[in-house]
Amino acid sequence: MAMIKLENVNKYFGDLHVLKDVNLEVNEGEKLVIIGPSGSGKSTTVRCMNFLETPSSGKVTIDGQELNNKNKTKVIRDTTSMVFQQFNLYPHMTVLKNLTLAPMKLQHRSKKEAEDLAYHYLDVVGLKDKADVYPTTLSGGQQQRIAIARALCSQTKIILFDEPTSALDPETIQEVLDVMIKLAKENITMVVVTHEMGFARQVADRIVFMADGQIIEEGTPEHFFENPESERVKQFLGKIIR
Amino acid sequence: MSGLFSTRAWNKIWLYRGTFLLGLANTLKTAAIALIIALILGIIFGLMATSNKKVLKTISRIYVEVIQNTPVLLQMCFLYYALAFSGHSPGIIVTGFLALGIYTGAYMAEVIRAGIEAVPKGQFEAAQAQGFGYVQMMFYIIIPQSIKVILPPMTNTIVNMIKNTSCLYIVGGADLLSLTYSFVTGENTGGSYAPAYIVCGVIFFLICFPLSTIASTWENSLKKREQKAAINLEATEA
Repeated sequence: MAMIKLENVNKYFGDLHVLKDVNLEVNEGEKLVIIGPSGSGKSTTVRCMNFLETPSSGKVTIDGQELNNKNKTKVIRDTTSMVFQQFNLYPHMTVLKNLTLAPMKLQHRSKKEAEDLAYHYLDVVGLKDKADVYPTTLSGGQQQRIAIARALCSQTKIILFDEPTSALDPETIQEVLDVMIKLAKENITMVVVTHEMGFARQVADRIVFMADGQIIEEGTPEHFFENPESERVKQFLGKIIR
Repeated sequence: MSGLFSTRAWNKIWLYRGTFLLGLANTLKTAAIALIIALILGIIFGLMATSNKKVLKTISRIYVEVIQNTPVLLQMCFLYYALAFSGHSPGIIVTGFLALGIYTGAYMAEVIRAGIEAVPKGQFEAAQAQGFGYVQMMFYIIIPQSIKVILPPMTNTIVNMIKNTSCLYIVGGADLLSLTYSFVTGENTGGSYAPAYIVCGVIFFLICFPLSTIASTWENSLKKREQKAAINLEATEA
């Protein structure tokens, strides 16, 4: 069954038509990577999946439930987490509080349960010793790993990644990618917007290429990197892969 | 006899010190109730101003602009006389805290709006993406971050409100300035103009100066902490 389903999704920002009739299905446990030039609508596409952007028209279905402005908070809470380009950790809370807030307040876990969960996922991202510090004292790569741990603490079936390494120093990108590669072995449905082609090739079950608000081509990494059909994709890959 | 250095004039003030203390008590009472009204209005209209619903934003905008762009004296007169003539006389005390509360509420709304808007958009998005509803998002994530931005200007607004109780003089209030005026023009007490106004001023100063000092110290330490945080961040990134 499709975990995420976008049907004829359109999005306008004023006069700007940023998503043009996008149709996309993501299966349970699938690792989908969205690539494409900037301004192509990749981020808007994933942001429509959790209604951070409300589509101007079209249908978004998550885990069998059609999203609308009334049910989005509840459905998103139960199904979806997100990792942002700018990390967006809560700066007024320690790392541990960042990780336990949603489990305690939204999933109504006890403090002990939530903290056990937090330490477990801090271990997964390799930052168990940072539980009691404030996020701003950490490097970008560490903050993003904490943000991934925070997403994991909600234990949702879906995690959306919106350019998770684009704001990082080159030398910290790999530590974040390593964590994501580790996650990809689990049965989590992952949708990743990225410019990291190595990661896409290694992890993706399917790659979607977007340009000008449309899906131009999709296929397996092999298909994509070995013999893409569209000229637009060839052009893009020619520029990005050295 | 009414001179600044006349012992008799000062003696008279000491004799009638109860008048000044009563005025002070009335001013503080009015300010306290007005503050509660102003905070409630400020929170409601401040939140409306930051919502993404256009209707709410517009209503909030109209309230703030109308109140901020008409004199508070006019608002007090309007409330007192207009309501009195339409047969719903609210009385001078109620007029006082109502008018002052509505007036200060507009400034509170702006302070709160600015505080909320100072929180980066990503914080709202992270909260929404985790599935926090509006109230929980504001309570756990947004307000704790904006409170430090809100408190210094809010304290300044409170100082202004305490001073503005003196405007109640126009509708015959019982606040500190009004009672000072009655004192210097009174049949038995009259004459000690300069000393009386000095005493009145000193009382206002003694209440307002500590408050505004707290506000500016607050603001400065906030700026210093931000600079420090920025330096720390650079240090960890280097």
